[in-house]
Amino acid sequence: MKFCAPCGMIENYLYLWAKIQYNNKMAEKLISKIPEGPLSEKWTKHKSQIRVVSPGNKRKLEIIVIGTGLGGASAAATLGELGYNVKVFCISDSPRRAHSIAAQGGINAAKNYQNDNDSVYRLFYDTIKGGDYRSREANVYRLAEVSNLIIDQCVAQGVPFARDYGGLLDNRSFGGAQVSRTFYARGQTGQQLLLGAYASLNRAISKGNVKSYPRHEMLDLVMIDGEARGIIARNLVTGEIERFGAHAVVLASGGYGNTYFLSTNAMNSNGSAAWQCYKKGAFFANPCFAQIHPTCIPVHGDQQSKLTLMSESLRNDGRIWVPKKKEDVMKLRKGEIKASQIPEEDRDYYLERRYPAFGNLVPRDVASRAAKERCDAGYGVNEHGLAVFLDFKSAIERLGKDVIEARYGNLFQMYEKITDVNPYEEPMMIYPAIHYTMGGLWVDYNLQTTIPGLYAIGEANFSDHGGNRLGASALMQGLADGYFILPYTIGDYLASKIQVPKTDTSHPAFDEAEKAVKDKINKLFSIKGKESVDSIHKRLGHIMWEYVGMARNEEGLKKAITEIRALREEFWKNVYVPGENGEFNPEIEKALRVADFLEIGELMALDALNRKESCGGHFRVEMQTEDGETKRDDENYMYVSAWEYKGANVEPELHKEPLVFENIKIATRNYKD
Amino acid sequence: MDLTLKVWRQKNAKAKGHFETYKVKNISPDSSFLEMLDILNEQLIEEGMDPVAVEKGCKSSGPVAFDHDCREGICGMCSLYINGRAHGPDDEVTTCQLHMRKFHDGDTITIEPWRSAAFPVIKDLVVNRQAFDQILQAGGFISVNTGGAPDANAIPIPKKNADESMDAAACIGCGACVATCKNGSAMLFVAARVSSLALLPQGKPEAARRAKAMVAKMDELGFGACTNTRACEMECPKHITVSHIARLNREYLKAKFKD
Repeated sequence: MKFCAPCGMIENYLYLWAKIQYNNKMAEKLISKIPEGPLSEKWTKHKSQIRVVSPGNKRKLEIIVIGTGLGGASAAATLGELGYNVKVFCISDSPRRAHSIAAQGGINAAKNYQNDNDSVYRLFYDTIKGGDYRSREANVYRLAEVSNLIIDQCVAQGVPFARDYGGLLDNRSFGGAQVSRTFYARGQTGQQLLLGAYASLNRAISKGNVKSYPRHEMLDLVMIDGEARGIIARNLVTGEIERFGAHAVVLASGGYGNTYFLSTNAMNSNGSAAWQCYKKGAFFANPCFAQIHPTCIPVHGDQQSKLTLMSESLRNDGRIWVPKKKEDVMKLRKGEIKASQIPEEDRDYYLERRYPAFGNLVPRDVASRAAKERCDAGYGVNEHGLAVFLDFKSAIERLGKDVIEARYGNLFQMYEKITDVNPYEEPMMIYPAIHYTMGGLWVDYNLQTTIPGLYAIGEANFSDHGGNRLGASALMQGLADGYFILPYTIGDYLASKIQVPKTDTSHPAFDEAEKAVKDKINKLFSIKGKESVDSIHKRLGHIMWEYVGMARNEEGLKKAITEIRALREEFWKNVYVPGENGEFNPEIEKALRVADFLEIGELMALDALNRKESCGGHFRVEMQTEDGETKRDDENYMYVSAWEYKGANVEPELHKEPLVFENIKIATRNYKD
Repeated sequence: MDLTLKVWRQKNAKAKGHFETYKVKNISPDSSFLEMLDILNEQLIEEGMDPVAVEKGCKSSGPVAFDHDCREGICGMCSLYINGRAHGPDDEVTTCQLHMRKFHDGDTITIEPWRSAAFPVIKDLVVNRQAFDQILQAGGFISVNTGGAPDANAIPIPKKNADESMDAAACIGCGACVATCKNGSAMLFVAARVSSLALLPQGKPEAARRAKAMVAKMDELGFGACTNTRACEMECPKHITVSHIARLNREYLKAKFKD
């Protein structure tokens, strides 16, 4: 209790001063470079203060971009337009194949075209809250600020967003928001946005500013005098190990969700490029924050290699339920009755019951845990007991089949092709699956990692989504970083490099990196063991899903670490990689990636073990409220964990970047009322 | 299900290819076609690591290389010619969305790569489709730099046009149209892009230049001519119709008349 106002103020200042001192000490290696000043002016002020490179000098500077998803393609195209010399790399046969293409539902922006009182602040607020107060205020505000420019840019590129009869853009709602701010192009929004960015990239390629290297995989980062100056890449067609130099390297290589083997990520998505950077000194932030998406098609058997997402947009009109009675559950599992035969009064619309304010549109982590809770309680509706219903019956009755078909036709078709069930007649069966990783390389406000000259954008960095990403925000972040943020901030770094000559790829640093890569490849071929790469990857996936999945506890996480270490040892003794290096060989590609997943998985478990709180997608069983919701520990864990590599089989060092919330009142997330 | 597979094997672009026959057993009808190939590959890898078999001289040719990525029908990476049809016997799906329930126990399935002069084989079932990128680089874009775009709602676009543009923009660039066409023509692919952009006000200023440049590049890269057999439309996994080819022809003629 404070007896007089001045004393209270002094007390507060003293506390703040002590906290700042403490924070500075904690974050000595982590300088986030967040600009001073009011939140809404930070980015404008920062832009006006950073350096720029003149057109004549841009021509002399080279930039490498790794990855051609929304982040990579938009960055490479924009940097090319600005006049830099850009080399862009992707592992697939064309930049257009990057996994951003598979994003279905939409992209958020604070346009307020629906007049539902949306604003930059509200988008910022929803994103911070959705991320359970574990993201950086300044970065998220900037993201919300540039969101509107993205929509303008995409329309100018010819992205055919959905429109209303008056010819203006249409919107829909996504989880964690009470406004309609999601722009979409049927159920193929990611595809259309990527084709827009890819078209801009193609234009830059045709002008000669960008050179594209498809079917090339970055295998190492090359550093000269402590700065990122190039990469070693494998030509996936010939197997040749090639060297590329630059003045800066931009990593846009996506997330590491495939550590779990089964995920909604594409088969070739991997965390290796980011992991090599980590091993060269870039800190890895919040590795345990992985998003589990509530609406995926359930696993059908042990031969499965990939999980398919059903867009979150379906939750606009679909209602999620399980039966109230166990006997109905049993009959469903035996195939004696169909879901449509269960009367309304015997259905438990558990999201609407538990979260009346948001209902079926609660954020992903909340919806996933609620599905797990029902299935764990014995109400799962498929033969494995690991599925819930997503039902369109009332929407079809209300709006008619035609409207539902126009909104979700391609998703319904996709569902029917996979499951052989017609979702217009019977509800879909869904279950949570690994979808996205919020963690990634630590970056400062400029999106630069702890390695000078190395930048990370899109899913490859950590900064915007905290403990849980809201739907339709991944596309927003990728394009915000690539079109509107990185092209400005990288100039500030490159302005000091205008007199630095082109990187000489015969430098000893390249020799060393190339040798390490070749040794690793030769080692993998020489093991000639008894286990295929996939079978070890599947076993890693089981460990990860069991212990580092939707519910985590101390004992399980410790077990995961022990088991992953043992599996890693087994991999390096007993893996079998067929064929040879000098050819198109998907098995060596996979082996190199799985070798890294076996290390990433351990760091994820270690980070999850360290974070003894529940927040967003990270649910520590020990830390929950009475009704099973996440329980944060703001006192002890309101920080970004940033891990520094200390050598093979040595525990990495944890650095903490304290999170300071000056503009948002921190609260327990409440989606109930 | 037990199946016999006849698979095209070709070590690299220069080597001569041939069919090899394999058997796979206990395949679930709920598996996807590519999961079935995963199982085949796991089998071939196991054979390769069996020292007894290798000593006896049974040299395994290793796992079958095939392109795939998203496995949900949108990236356009998968590309197999199955029993004489691009993307197999089901309609409006890509190979990764094809499920084994479309086959019968005991079937023999023939699997080949796309066959087209413009798509040389890289290995086994993997082909090089960079020609598609080159066509798009010739003009498949709207010349707008990042920044400075007007407000997204500044120019209303009739819903019908936006929808039709989206129909064409659904193309995933897989190449089934080229593989199916007896002339190896890329007209459907080119038409989808030209049509999608020509339908939007933003795409109009460059419409003429775009149509000419893309068609010229297609011809230069060795794709054949279109003789309106509509086979491409039949096999397109995204249901792109030949009406877009008609629009391309109109755009092309308009452009030529202006010259």
